[in-house]
Amino acid sequence: MAQTTLGPQSLFDELGTAVDAVGAEQRAAALATRSIKRASKLWALDLAIRCCDLTTLEGADTPGKIRALASKAMRPAPTDPSIPHVAALCIYPSLVKVAADALRGSEVAVASVATAFPSGQAALATRLAEIETAVADGADEIDIVISRSAFLAGRFDDVHDEVIRSKEACGDAHLKVILETGELGSYGAVRQASLIAMAAGADFIKTSTGKISPASTLPVALVMAESIRDYADLTGRAVGLKVAGGIRSSKDAIRYLVVIHETLGDEWLDPRRFRIGASSLLNDLLMQTDKQRSGVYSDPDGYTLD
Amino acid sequence: MNWEYAPAPESTEIVSVDDTYGLFIDGDFTDPASGEYVKTINPATEEVLAAIAQADAADVDRAVKAARTAFEPWSGQPASDRAKYLFRVARVMQERSRELAVLETMNGGKPIRESRDVDVPLAAAHFFYYAGWADKLEYAFAGRRAEPLGVAAQVIPWNFPLLMLAWKIAPALAAGNTVVLKPAETTPLTALAFASICDQAGIPPGVVNIITGGGKTGAMLVRHPDVDKVAFTGSTEVGKDIQRAIAGTAKHLTLELGGKAPNIVFADAALDQAVEGIVNGIFFNQGHVCCAGSRLLVQESAFEQVMAKLKRRLGTLRLGDPLDKNTDIGAINSRAQLDKINRLVATGVDEGAELYQSSCDLPERGFWFPPSVFTGVSQSHRIAQEEIFGPVLSVLTFRTPEEAVEKANNTPYGLSAGVWTEKGSLILWMADRLRAGVVWANTFNRFDPASAFGGYKESGFGREGGPQGLSAYVKLSES
Repeated sequence: MAQTTLGPQSLFDELGTAVDAVGAEQRAAALATRSIKRASKLWALDLAIRCCDLTTLEGADTPGKIRALASKAMRPAPTDPSIPHVAALCIYPSLVKVAADALRGSEVAVASVATAFPSGQAALATRLAEIETAVADGADEIDIVISRSAFLAGRFDDVHDEVIRSKEACGDAHLKVILETGELGSYGAVRQASLIAMAAGADFIKTSTGKISPASTLPVALVMAESIRDYADLTGRAVGLKVAGGIRSSKDAIRYLVVIHETLGDEWLDPRRFRIGASSLLNDLLMQTDKQRSGVYSDPDGYTLD
Repeated sequence: MNWEYAPAPESTEIVSVDDTYGLFIDGDFTDPASGEYVKTINPATEEVLAAIAQADAADVDRAVKAARTAFEPWSGQPASDRAKYLFRVARVMQERSRELAVLETMNGGKPIRESRDVDVPLAAAHFFYYAGWADKLEYAFAGRRAEPLGVAAQVIPWNFPLLMLAWKIAPALAAGNTVVLKPAETTPLTALAFASICDQAGIPPGVVNIITGGGKTGAMLVRHPDVDKVAFTGSTEVGKDIQRAIAGTAKHLTLELGGKAPNIVFADAALDQAVEGIVNGIFFNQGHVCCAGSRLLVQESAFEQVMAKLKRRLGTLRLGDPLDKNTDIGAINSRAQLDKINRLVATGVDEGAELYQSSCDLPERGFWFPPSVFTGVSQSHRIAQEEIFGPVLSVLTFRTPEEAVEKANNTPYGLSAGVWTEKGSLILWMADRLRAGVVWANTFNRFDPASAFGGYKESGFGREGGPQGLSAYVKLSES
């Protein structure tokens, strides 16, 4: 990994870390006014389904719940073969085995959160062991949280090193790095954390755990997308973006797609480079797809809960 | 696969355009004495929208007389009553905002996104703002008595037809004046719709008169002997002519003229937002903006980074049908303006500057110009000195803050300027030294009715907006 030779500080110097809050929010608000209609909307809805990380991260999750969601992930609309499967099922590490069994033979990936999600407040050895176990149990993708404790204390090199260690622990599994932007305090910090995670080898950078408010916002996604673009220009390495938390409506999802489209370009409109972590979004995407095709809304009970 | 946005045109059903429009004088639409009409078109399609009356000397006289007759009752009533009328106008504008936005876009070529989100809301906001001042003039001019001037002759440009109307009419009426307003020849329709708004709001006949016509009509209006106040927004050339014409008369004058604003980007700035500001500064309303940031001054150490980001951003600008909600760049306002832009761009190329244009397709009908950026520009180039009033940016570099200030001030104009840096102290240092009526810090083309706007040098004099905007419409005496 040649790009890891660029440490946080040299990346900051090279690409800059200044973000103007008013300007970033203005730009995001302007992109949110894009009007996506007809064929372009159907295409976006289909893409949003393909980019979905169908997620359940509850203390009450059981093997039964996971198996039910797994079948939803593989066939979101059981009676409609034109609807694609989602990208991944995102769950807690203790349920990875169940998910891997349920999804075996499908193209839906098993994604597991790890590293003392959502706080990240555990010893590094514990966090790394959690990654290794999840991967051994069959996780294809690992969503870790950065140590906000180290980041906010200004120990950027520690954050960087921990992500490198996490990446090593992942082996072949894909690494998504959650910045928990709602706790970072400024857009400039979001850019710094994005650059640190990318420099340390993240395959994806991700906005939020979904456990903290605010979770993902459009300006935050914009700032992260700009960081990804600048990093790709500098190093040639394309890092993905995952937005998560509070994205419930198709309208919201399409707004994120517009931000990606107009910031990173069409190459990022692909589940290999963009994900939406969500639980209730999927049914709205299905409902809006039917509405777009038939012109009328269907009964919400026509869509399976899980 | 590429994601193409499907067309999302705003419906024009909400707008009903008459075949012909007379002159709105003394509360009624009347035929012009000349009997002469000129067609107004949609610059994006060249389709004829309506025939517009051309006011001659007799019509101008009639309009000024109507305003004179209405002046005493209008200025004599309790100020709080004047405020009520203005609040009503503002509310009706909001109620009819979609219609006004569509009409503005059809007649002027600007993207519906801008007329919907900027022009119309700001125009209504101006009326709300000055409605609030109407019965509080003694607080705007502490210790002095403010009296209206009388009849105001107002001539406005084609780039923000309804908004410029609001900038002119709202403070004039709030202070107790009556007005005769002439919209630009190419964009009369929202001003004529405004006539019906005055009617809806119950504004007494003669308080607001809207007469249409070309430059000749405007020249007659500002020269009319019974006009007490002239307010003009437009080209520096016409502004100078007006000033000469009314020299030695008792007429009060404010002029808001051209600009060649510097947008100054320091290397430490938040570059992605600076690039948005550069784009907004010069491509907003196709660059038909007197305060457009048409000269980009970039600190040399950030030049390559800024240009790379800017060129990429240019590639995402969507040019086309102004009524499409996703259009960023609309049509050039008229063939004459397109010719002028073409001429000046050719000059830039001749003088050796390097031209970069975005590769967007231009529609076949209508008047269009692609977003364009000149690099390798020096101060002595015409494109660095003359106002192009189109989507054309000239890029220069500087090394130090002192050099940035020198270059920024080195034009005949001084309307606005932008400064982009993360250093607050540098913003203040620059703002102290820039000779411009408005200095934007880490933003550009932001307007608010409470904030005064106006120029230095050949950009004119007088301020619009804020309490300062009222002072152009009152005479002050010791109370």
